[in-house]
Amino acid sequence: MDYASGSPVDERVLEEMMPYLSKYFGNPSSLHSYGFKALDAIKNARMRVGSLIGAQPEEIVFTSGATEANNLALIGTAARYKNRGSRIVISNIEHISVLNVCKELSRQGFEIKYAPVDNEGILNLDILKELIDDKTVLVSVMSANGEIGTIQPIKKVAEIAHDRKALFHTDATVAVGKIPLDVNEIGIDLMTLSSNDIYGPKGVGALYIRKGLRLKPLIIGGGQEGGIRSGTENVPGIVGMGKAAELAKVEMNGEAERLTRLRDRLIKGILDSVPESYLNGHPIHRLPNNANIRFSYIEGESLLLSLDELGVYLSSGSACAAKTLEPSHVLLAIGLKHEEAHGSLVFTLGKYNTEEQIDYVIKQMPGVVKRLRDMSPLTPKELM
Amino acid sequence: MLELFRNPKNVGEIPDADGVGTVGNPVCGDMMTIYIKVKDDKIVDIKFKTFGCGAAIATSSMTTELAKGKTLDEAMKITRGEVADELGGLPPIKMHCSNLAADALHEAIKDYRRKRGEKIEESG
Repeated sequence: MDYASGSPVDERVLEEMMPYLSKYFGNPSSLHSYGFKALDAIKNARMRVGSLIGAQPEEIVFTSGATEANNLALIGTAARYKNRGSRIVISNIEHISVLNVCKELSRQGFEIKYAPVDNEGILNLDILKELIDDKTVLVSVMSANGEIGTIQPIKKVAEIAHDRKALFHTDATVAVGKIPLDVNEIGIDLMTLSSNDIYGPKGVGALYIRKGLRLKPLIIGGGQEGGIRSGTENVPGIVGMGKAAELAKVEMNGEAERLTRLRDRLIKGILDSVPESYLNGHPIHRLPNNANIRFSYIEGESLLLSLDELGVYLSSGSACAAKTLEPSHVLLAIGLKHEEAHGSLVFTLGKYNTEEQIDYVIKQMPGVVKRLRDMSPLTPKELM
Repeated sequence: MLELFRNPKNVGEIPDADGVGTVGNPVCGDMMTIYIKVKDDKIVDIKFKTFGCGAAIATSSMTTELAKGKTLDEAMKITRGEVADELGGLPPIKMHCSNLAADALHEAIKDYRRKRGEKIEESG
C-alpha cells in the first residue's frame, strides 16, 4: 500500500511500449520512415496527455519526470520573467523538488514566500493573498499533497494569483489521474505531471505550459520539444505515458470511487480498532487513495518493519525523505509535534489493492501497535 | 538485526531497579530507558524500553545482552562500536541508534553508583 513511491506499469501500457524498445527504434528527428514512426508515436502521446487535463497537444512538454518538470516550471519561469519581479510564493508543504529549487532560486536573489496550511493541510488563502505582491512572478501550489492527501483549493489560488498578474503553477504529480483536473476550468498556467503515478513507466513526466508562455530552457541542445527541452526523446517512455494517460482518463472516475471506498474502510477500521490513532490531513478534501494515520507513543519505521514482516508494505513519509531521519516537513507544517510526526504511516492505495487486503491490515494493526507500545518508554503523561 | 527486532530480548521494566538510565528524546525519534539490577558489582538483570526505529530496538536488545552478567566496570567499557559490530555493522545513518543504547546503559550504571553515593567521573 505504497503506490505513491512506485506504481507498477499497467500491462496495457507495457504492451504499447514494447515495439518502441525493439522494432520501432527510430529517432523522431530523422527524416525517414523509422523517424516518422517515432514522431507519430510522440504526437499521439502528446495528444493523449493533453486530453487528460484539457490541454492542447502543443502545450505538453515531455521531461524526465516530475522533478525535472518542477525545475523547469520554477527556474524556467523565474529566469524568463525576472523583469516582472523577483518574488515567488509557494505553500510550505510542497514536494521537496519544489522546495529545494526555491532554495536555489533564493540563493540567486529571488525572494521566496511560504504560505502556511491549517491543521488539515489546507492552504490559508488569506495569508496567500497577503504574500502575493505586484512583484510576484509565480505562485506554485500543489494540486494535492502526496503524504497527507489533502486536496488544495487550486481554482481559488489561480484566481488570487491572476488578480495580481502572477503566473500559477501546480505540481499535480499525485493528483493527476486520481481527481479530475482541467487546466482551463481551473486556470492553470503550468502543471507538472508524472508518468509513474498513473501506472506509466518511471523516468518520464511532462510539464503543461499554457500557450503563449515561453520558459527559459534548462537543457539546451538540438531544440527538441519546441526548444524547451532538448535531447533525443525517450520514445518508449513517452508512448507509455501517453497510453497511461488515455487509460487514466477512461478509468479514473470508477477507480476513484472504488479507492475512496477502500480508503474510508481502512481509515475507519484502524481508528476504531487501535486506541490513540488519528487521521492526518483532511477527512473529505483528500485524494481517493491516501490515508495517513498517526499512532501515539511509537515510531513509524519500527511500524513499517513490523508490517513488512506481515507482508504489508507502507511508507512512513515521502519516499524521498526516507533517507534522512528528519520528520516530514508536511506533518510539522500541519502542526504535529516531532514525536507525533515520527509515529505516522502513509497508506497509498492503488489499482491492485483489494478489500481483503484492507481487512487484513485492519486485523493486524492492533497487535503490531500494541507490541511496539509495550516496548516503548513513552506514556500518555510524557507526551502531554 | 531483523531477527533481534522481531524477537528482542530483555524488553520491559524492572520496577525495583537499582539503576535507571534514559537517553534520547522522542522529538528526535529515538528514546530509550535501561533498567539494571546489580548484585556483587555485577549486572544480574537488565531490561529496556525503546521508542524508535528497528535499529534502535535491535541495538537495545544487543546492548542488554552484552551487559548481562558483566561487572559494572566491564559494562562501562561496552562501546558504541562494539554494539554495532555485534550486529554485523550498521548503516551510517543508523549508527546513532547504537550510540544511544550504549549511552543508556552507562547512564543506568552511573545512576546506580550515584545512588550508592559513589563519585562519578562525568565524561562525554
